[in-house]
Amino acid sequence: MVKTSAFFDEMLTADGARDPYAKYDAWFAQQNNERLAQKSAEAEAFFMRTGITFNVYGQSDAEERLIPFDLVPRIISDKEWTKLSKGIEQRVYAINAFLHDIYNRQEILRAGIVPTELIANNDAFLPQMMDFTPPGGIYTHIVGTDIVRTGPDDFFVLEDNARTPSGVSYMLENRETMLQMFPELFGSIKVKPVSDYPKNLRRALEASAPSSCEGRPCVVVLTPGIHNSAYYEHSFLADQMGVELVEGHDLKVVDGHIAMRTTRGYKVIDVIYRRVDDEFLDPLTFNPTSMLGVPGIMDVYRAGNITITNAPGTGVADDKAIYSYMPDIIKFYTGERAILKNVETFRCSEPDTLKYVLDNLADLVVKEVHGSGGYGMLVGPAATKKEIADFAIKLKARPSNYIAQPTLALSTVPIFTEAGLAPRHVDLRPFALMSPNGVSITPGGLTRVALAEGSLVVNSSQGGGTKDTWVLED
Amino acid sequence: MLGKTAGGLYWMFRYLERAENTARLIEAGFRIALTRSDDAEAEWKSVIVTLASNTKYKTKRKSYDSTQVVDFLLRDETNSGSVLSMVKAARNNARLTRTALTSEVWYAVNDTWMALKDLLKDPIPETELPAVLATIRQQSALVRGALVGTMLRNDMYHFCRLGTALERMDNTARIIDVKYYALLPSPAFVGSKMDNVQWETLLRSVSAHRAFRWAVDDDFAAPAIAKFLVLDGRMPRSLAFCAGEITKNLGHLADNYGERLGSNDQADALQALFKGRDIASIFEEGLHQFVNRVIADTSQLAGQIERDFRFIG
Repeated sequence: MVKTSAFFDEMLTADGARDPYAKYDAWFAQQNNERLAQKSAEAEAFFMRTGITFNVYGQSDAEERLIPFDLVPRIISDKEWTKLSKGIEQRVYAINAFLHDIYNRQEILRAGIVPTELIANNDAFLPQMMDFTPPGGIYTHIVGTDIVRTGPDDFFVLEDNARTPSGVSYMLENRETMLQMFPELFGSIKVKPVSDYPKNLRRALEASAPSSCEGRPCVVVLTPGIHNSAYYEHSFLADQMGVELVEGHDLKVVDGHIAMRTTRGYKVIDVIYRRVDDEFLDPLTFNPTSMLGVPGIMDVYRAGNITITNAPGTGVADDKAIYSYMPDIIKFYTGERAILKNVETFRCSEPDTLKYVLDNLADLVVKEVHGSGGYGMLVGPAATKKEIADFAIKLKARPSNYIAQPTLALSTVPIFTEAGLAPRHVDLRPFALMSPNGVSITPGGLTRVALAEGSLVVNSSQGGGTKDTWVLED
Repeated sequence: MLGKTAGGLYWMFRYLERAENTARLIEAGFRIALTRSDDAEAEWKSVIVTLASNTKYKTKRKSYDSTQVVDFLLRDETNSGSVLSMVKAARNNARLTRTALTSEVWYAVNDTWMALKDLLKDPIPETELPAVLATIRQQSALVRGALVGTMLRNDMYHFCRLGTALERMDNTARIIDVKYYALLPSPAFVGSKMDNVQWETLLRSVSAHRAFRWAVDDDFAAPAIAKFLVLDGRMPRSLAFCAGEITKNLGHLADNYGERLGSNDQADALQALFKGRDIASIFEEGLHQFVNRVIADTSQLAGQIERDFRFIG
């Protein structure tokens, strides 16, 4: 097969399939569409039965929905992956060093590399974390780095998710689904496994336990509950790690420790992998109406008796305004140039830049500094004149709330449709784990794909799907 | 194991059992409606009363005709006691306790929910009712089978079984309570049309009309049926059987945890109500009073179990 669109397609060129896809392309040519359509339906039934669903926020019926799964894998060569993973590792170390600095000596502010007001005016900055070092010095135990590609060697980091990145269950379930549907492919194509992730996660969490902890650390996953959009992932990870899945009301402070209510009384826990946002973590310290957290947990944390992963306050490192300083942050802490490129970013807080952005809205993507999920953003080239005019008003009212980026010519990977293969834009979220023992990155990650033709929005809440991501053995 | 998880397993199986029993009651009521249309309204009302739903029913529906009652009991989402609501609640509890369930049990519960959500999305015409009720029973059996066939016999399993036994005890007691007058050995009823219908309905409500014939080898007669439903330890829905199951599972938990709790003593006391009793002495005490005591004690025991195992904080 050959490519048909103007964007860089990771599978097909004008001369046929690119190298990493050669074997897959040959296999695909032997398949018939009816069988693949049937497989696709089987995959959907499997996801539904397993309950791999999510709830969409803001929808009244709170129905569970599936994230569509596309059966064409996204394939990355070992060489491409080596560079990506080195770049991610470098970033994760830099983010962790940045957080430790921001919450302690603030040298990067004093050196004038990052403006002080960016931290001082940042809602994600938590004064409660000042002059405190989390167990093992680790802030970001789990990081999901969003990466996009525009050409054979052009990878860009779009976002560093250092709070509670989600999606790893899809990475694992997508592989499981592919293994069940197309076992023959894995016989002829050597793909690096991802199945060690839960084991590695548990190890990283245990290795980050407070130093006072004796014996094997007791780890739990803290979820906001079954109505949370990522609840499946929370229960999946707890299940795969073999640890308890708790909610705030299962926990309380007992003798200066956090303990969970078991059938036989309260049992002390050492490490909480929390999937509850900072704001809701401790009603005594943060949002007083929160029912999702544990009253008093921040005191226990500061006393060194519990590890919270990721640490509270990591959000200062991953908002989109800080993002624009990432290359400098990496240089400052590692002394190296950033291995992975940033997307050029215009800070609307700067008056000259704001003018440029307003003049060029039709060509730019404008995002809220603290936004996520693809909400509250403007995709200039896809917007109507009215949408652009409306957005300009919002932008002028609060310039520092926005950044703008050029529209990237995102790479495509084909998806399977009734009419055969069709190119769609993708991104990639690899997952990195950090503990005092170092950084480990699962080969691959979650590939999200914008299923609508021409769309650049890959978010599952807005019509995005997922693909299995293969990193080939050398 | 988390107290919440234990509670989630226990409630998941209480809801499933109640959904299944509701389907049985509908089946028995439907049979009367078909065969003896004069008695239908009274019979449907007694089904609603048995399920302790009458107050709510009266605010929602105008009459006790088949269509209304069946709709209310099967698919009314504003009725927390409808089969659909209970299967949803059971499935929510399964989601809550997923780390404690085998994948087979999860699939069985989730399949049940998906199947019933689809089956009950529109009002059920009478012609479809038998098939729908059959599906409910079938799915329920599937979940139970997955549980028995795949779960480790540890505390998780015992909490599931405990939920089933306790709910069933309560359900059977309520069924007897609503119809206790038909079971009294009163000469006025003997041979009348009324008692035969009521007896048959009673037995059908607990799916035991064939078992009764196998086990008792007797014509339908009030004391024999009462004895069968209350005291027969071979009948898996009799009060004595359920009391035995409750005691047994609480006993396993005490063994697992190396400690006897208040609920063990209460369960023993409940079981003692049936030990060495004959039906004549229960009639002497008053069947109505006896069954009411069973209902009250079962409810008290449920509260004790909740506290003993810290289901809620």
